[in-house]
Amino acid sequence: MAGNNKQAQHNHRKVMSRADLSKRLVGKLKNDEAVIGGIGWTNFELWGAGFRPQNFYMLGSMGLAFPIAHGVAIAQPNRRVFGLEGDGSLLMQIGALGTIASRGPKNLVMIVWDNGAYQITGGQPSTSATVADLVGLARASGLEKAFWADDEAHFDKLIDRSLSEDGPFFIAAKIDSQKPAATTHRDPVQIRERFMRGLGVRKEPHAL
Amino acid sequence: MNSADPNGQRAWYEIVRDVLKENDVRLVTYVPDNVLSPLMKALHEDPFFTTFCCTREEEAVGIVTGAWMGGMLGVVLMQTSGFATLPNALASLAVPYQIPLLMIISERGSLGEFNLGQAMVCRTMRPSLDSMGIEHHTLRRLDEVAFIVDRTISQAVSTQAPAALILNALLTGGKVEKKEK
Repeated sequence: MAGNNKQAQHNHRKVMSRADLSKRLVGKLKNDEAVIGGIGWTNFELWGAGFRPQNFYMLGSMGLAFPIAHGVAIAQPNRRVFGLEGDGSLLMQIGALGTIASRGPKNLVMIVWDNGAYQITGGQPSTSATVADLVGLARASGLEKAFWADDEAHFDKLIDRSLSEDGPFFIAAKIDSQKPAATTHRDPVQIRERFMRGLGVRKEPHAL
Repeated sequence: MNSADPNGQRAWYEIVRDVLKENDVRLVTYVPDNVLSPLMKALHEDPFFTTFCCTREEEAVGIVTGAWMGGMLGVVLMQTSGFATLPNALASLAVPYQIPLLMIISERGSLGEFNLGQAMVCRTMRPSLDSMGIEHHTLRRLDEVAFIVDRTISQAVSTQAPAALILNALLTGGKVEKKEK
């Protein structure tokens, strides 16, 4: 009973703007880093942060942003790979953290936007709104470089570290529930083909 | 293709390993299964493959999907009940994004099944695959393994579509109840 109202320590943190943090992240990507956008407003915000051929946008398969990013990181060990996930999505596939920790991909960075809600479906509360500490779960899964971003400057610093140090990194931020301005263009084949070209796996076909 | 030679000397899991290698399938993700354990062991022992266990079949599918987009072909190993957890990931990721996701599924639930839960879940497998338009073949004979695995991989890659190989008890022996003596 009491658990429902419990405000765990992790919730006494600064709430930041998802739009602002998404733009800060994308602004720091100068080396064709791959980015996998999980479903929901995480994804729309990534779309709105500007076009990059190295962005992949999920249209379903809730919870698979980190596994997909893990796969890209295995195939391309010399490229930094970012996964962006919401709290509800992460909680759905939380076992993936242990798999990633056990393999330790150095080039993988996991970002979690935690607003404690399944926002796109009507804002129903997730367990991270109360009891579940996502960085605590990451640490307990074996991810040593797992951090909460205290504020925007700290977020910037953590992203800089993740771009220069060996990972895997897990960076979570408490974010607002502001609706993104943009909506991802839902064309899966085009998304996948652009992404593969952006990663240098395929080339634009052209006549001789 | 070397493995087409039906000399009958290799076990089914050795043939599967060799054909995967010939087709440059380098990544193997799986959720454990008793019948598939000799194949998992053979893949772990061969450094050509990057082989590891995942917590759920969906996770294994996500990893192989990401690796494909990054330029590395992979395969997911699972049993029948594990496949039954996958339709959402297949219908919203592998199929619409045109990913040549290879699945090897050991068939539980028929030919001597002792667990009603397994028998029920097995009946959902082929209708699920058919409803998503996913190519699938059932392997029953040792002399057909190399040909079916090889052609299934090449078709999946050429047509950019997922495909499933179902390993029947006639091939693997399946899993039977240990009787008290």
